[in-house]
Amino acid sequence: MAENLKTQDIIKAENLVYSKTPVLTDNVMHYCPGCGHGTAHRLIAEVIEEMDIQADTIGIAPVGCSVLMYNYLDIDMQQAAHGRAPAIATAVKRLMPAKYVFTYQGDGDLAAIGTAETIHACNRGENIAIFFVNNGIYGMTGGQMAPTTLPNMKSSTSPYGRDVELMGNPLKITELVAQLPGTWYVTRQAVHTPSAVRKAKKAVRRAFENQKLKKGLSLIEIVSNCNSGWKMSPVQANAWMEENMLPFYPLGDIKLEGNLLAKE
Amino acid sequence: MANAKGSIVVDREKCKGCEVCILACPTGVIQLTREVNAKGYHFAYMVNPDACTGCSNCAIVCPDGVITVYRKKRPPVEKSVQ
Ligand SMILES: Cc1ncc(C[n+]2csc(CCOP(=O)(O)OP(=O)(O)O)c2C)c(N)n1
Ligand code: SF4
Ligand code: SF4
Repeated sequence: MAENLKTQDIIKAENLVYSKTPVLTDNVMHYCPGCGHGTAHRLIAEVIEEMDIQADTIGIAPVGCSVLMYNYLDIDMQQAAHGRAPAIATAVKRLMPAKYVFTYQGDGDLAAIGTAETIHACNRGENIAIFFVNNGIYGMTGGQMAPTTLPNMKSSTSPYGRDVELMGNPLKITELVAQLPGTWYVTRQAVHTPSAVRKAKKAVRRAFENQKLKKGLSLIEIVSNCNSGWKMSPVQANAWMEENMLPFYPLGDIKLEGNLLAKE
Repeated sequence: MANAKGSIVVDREKCKGCEVCILACPTGVIQLTREVNAKGYHFAYMVNPDACTGCSNCAIVCPDGVITVYRKKRPPVEKSVQ
């Protein structure tokens, strides 16, 4: 048998297979340990590097935990008022149509206070990408109930669980905007396991590629954990997410090249 | 035996000890140290370095992007003349 390779023989520049993309800055992210925001940021940054569009991409950051996204991606970014990122993205893209423009928004930002901007940008078919991180609550402000909170899910403002009779139904805004003629690509992904990350990255890539086609809007939902808000460890939160969030928010493409996919 | 062997390097001061990488590793390479970093987090390290194949699963799920992965092919095993 060949002699076992030693760690110091392996850790050499010529054997490098994975390292942090330079499109991410060296700043330590402020996110809670295990929060999916960091992974979602990295996938966007990796695609920007792979497509070599760092100088041609403009991101719009939301209000929410990812409000400081511009500290982590080494690209031009503008932070928007709560929920208004698609309106800013619309203006940026229309003024600079050659740029790749995306918004990055939480579920409180996109599906509560920003519902009007979301729906109208989708309906107009703006040539932008929307990355929508759905963790089922308002993370930044202390885990309040969001439109996306699951039935019976506990949050700081639904401590006994979301009572649908009293508090209404959760909003599947991703399925909703898929119905609109302006959306070209609508998909739901996750970033909690290696295979989910690989699929999510392909979706992010497709969203950027779509901007070249000028056919409409791409919306990529990423179902994620907010382990602090859910009051769980990161690993518990990912397991809870798989068990509870994914049956309600199933992963996969919803609309491809302008065509709604039939449910199997 | 896998025909490639890998190794990871964890940026210990940036690791937040979330354990997501531990679950993602198919060969049980990673654990958290008992020691903590300057922020007070236990950090990931290779408890079982020989089992690493360099698949990068840990690195692609790390929310903080603090894992670097290396992979080297094993030298071909020479057939012994019998
Ligand atoms: C106009 C306005 N209303 C309310 C707030 C308070 N606020 C800050 S973050 C936030 C919720 C963010 O939740 P979400 O979009 O789900 O993002 P997360 O923090 O979970 O990533 C709210 C309501 C604000 N900053 N501005
Ligand atoms: S509060 Fe929730 S969404 Fe915000 S950084 Fe922490 S885990 Fe992530
Ligand atoms: S996934 Fe990253 S931050 Fe979390 S324990 Fe592993 S190396 Fe540390």
